[in-house]
Amino acid sequence: MMTKEAFQIILAGSLVAIPCGLLGCFLILRKMAMVGDAISHAVLPGIVIAFLLSGNRDSLTMLLGAGLIGIFTTFLIEFFHRMGKLQTDAAIGVTFTWLFAIGVILIDQFADQVDLDQDCVLYGEIAYVSLEQWTTSDGTMMGPRTLYVAGTVLLLVIVFILMGYKELVVTTFDPVYASAIGISTALWHYLLMAAVSVTTVASFESVGAILVVALFIAPPATAYLLTENLKHMMVLTVVIGVLVSLTGYYLAVLLDGAIAGAMATMAGVFFLIVFLFVGVRKKRKVQKTLLTAPEVIPKHD
Amino acid sequence: MIEHVENPILEIHDLTVSYDRKPVLWDIDLTLPEGKLIGIVGPNGAGKSTLIKAIMNLIPSNSGYVKLFDEHLEKVRNRISYVPQKESVDWDFPASSLDVVLMGRYGQLGLLKKPRKADKEVAMDCLRKVGMDAFAKRQISQLSGGQQQRVFLARALAQQADLYFMDEPFAGVDAATEKTIIDLLRSMSQQGKTVIVVHHDLQSVTRYFDWVLLLNLRLIASGPVESTFTQELLQETYGGKLTLLSEVSNLMRKEGFPHRELRKGKSS
Ligand SMILES: Nc1ncnc2c1ncn2[C@@H]1O[C@H](COP(=O)(O)OP(=O)(O)OP(=O)(O)O)[C@@H](O)[C@H]1O
Ligand SMILES: [Mg+2]
Repeated sequence: MMTKEAFQIILAGSLVAIPCGLLGCFLILRKMAMVGDAISHAVLPGIVIAFLLSGNRDSLTMLLGAGLIGIFTTFLIEFFHRMGKLQTDAAIGVTFTWLFAIGVILIDQFADQVDLDQDCVLYGEIAYVSLEQWTTSDGTMMGPRTLYVAGTVLLLVIVFILMGYKELVVTTFDPVYASAIGISTALWHYLLMAAVSVTTVASFESVGAILVVALFIAPPATAYLLTENLKHMMVLTVVIGVLVSLTGYYLAVLLDGAIAGAMATMAGVFFLIVFLFVGVRKKRKVQKTLLTAPEVIPKHD
Repeated sequence: MIEHVENPILEIHDLTVSYDRKPVLWDIDLTLPEGKLIGIVGPNGAGKSTLIKAIMNLIPSNSGYVKLFDEHLEKVRNRISYVPQKESVDWDFPASSLDVVLMGRYGQLGLLKKPRKADKEVAMDCLRKVGMDAFAKRQISQLSGGQQQRVFLARALAQQADLYFMDEPFAGVDAATEKTIIDLLRSMSQQGKTVIVVHHDLQSVTRYFDWVLLLNLRLIASGPVESTFTQELLQETYGGKLTLLSEVSNLMRKEGFPHRELRKGKSS
């Protein structure tokens, strides 16, 4: 039997893994895996600043701050790439390390005012999901707050993908054609990046930066190896995300280690297993998708 | 040598386009007639793809304007279709032929609407027209180059437009497929549609097209094939490549010999 606490942790992990994975499908198909990575780091100063300005961990402020800084990051990367004629990977590297560093310094400087520390940012506090309950004004205990935040973001991401499915698909597969038929590639690029940012921040405090990055890339990359149908790929990503959360929790129990770390490990393990069994056949394909320089910029609009 | 027409379907005035301040199209000025099969011919790097992209407003232009159906592009976008060069996308994308052809319906559908049964029927019909209906469910990564090209063509047909721009639709297709496609384009132009095709095989130009544009950074000529596709104008278009040209002129006399040498080398 699963304890209530275990269930809540696994549920929190899954609620985070699903939106990350769904957005990750589009990221890897756009050869933008590294942009997800970049944004998940770059939102750190956004979180700290939002925290300092609002003085609390009010989720809405944080999500707004994150959405804005995500778009700002995307813009900076494009700016360096286009104006500075810098390779996209270099533009990404410069942007996110710099923003992440600012975030770390901010945490350090305002440590006494900010109820955040680097450990929590990197590794999250998924183990304490049950501790922070959401209580309504009349004192009713509604259950862990994290579950509500993650659940809301999951809902938002699903609505976003359902509503923009065909636009996301066509701007991913053939941006030039998309522009030719009047679908703005830039608009959908920024919308996707905003969704990635918001999801990242919502996931940050529960699972930490490392797991977020793993959840964006590893489950969709695994699913990509298993199917050649985008819808199946998204369903598989969801299944793998839940499995990662489930097995990761028990691995952590077994090793008596960090839960987020164990989940990230399992995400890698799943990828490796699938890669070894089916991947050899598709090796060329994997190299092409995961190892080519990311193409961030929609060249045409 | 630039022949103008009354009531043009496409009018370009003083168009100049550059990449990184380096102009690749100079002062293009032309009008094209409706309902014709029109070829764009010129060497690699002549700006053929660029011209189409500039017309579709996919890249900014430095000066000039483009009018389609006597309107600005935005007003008539859903009457216009475009087939990009096949190399412009990643064919490992997880989608079937039918999925790709359905994208041709997206422009008409607008935001929030899903393709309906009628759209799927149009898409299947277009696959049939290019002889790809048997491959509707096949993943695009598992198609040959020529089959991928036909899927792209079917996607453009699914738009049910009045004006088509096709960037090298014959690249990498075999002779039989080329014949199927050209017959299809011909029947479309007989139904009053205008089809503008970037073409590399000089040998078939006179057989395929009604009207031809000769392009090499500048517009060398635009007019009916019979009067425009001449030795001197080709010489002017292909410039220094004299050896190739004398070869071409020989070939132009001898019908029925495939001439594809000119498009080897760099392609974009
Ligand atoms: N994105 C770009 N950035 C910079 N220069 C470009 C770009 N695209 C094309 N060019 C240059 O513009 C010129 C015209 O290119 P374009 O692709 O229009 O030629 P093309 O006639 O279509 O050639 P091909 O027969 O090889 O397809 C070339 O010199 C090319 O190098
Ligand atoms: Mg070209």
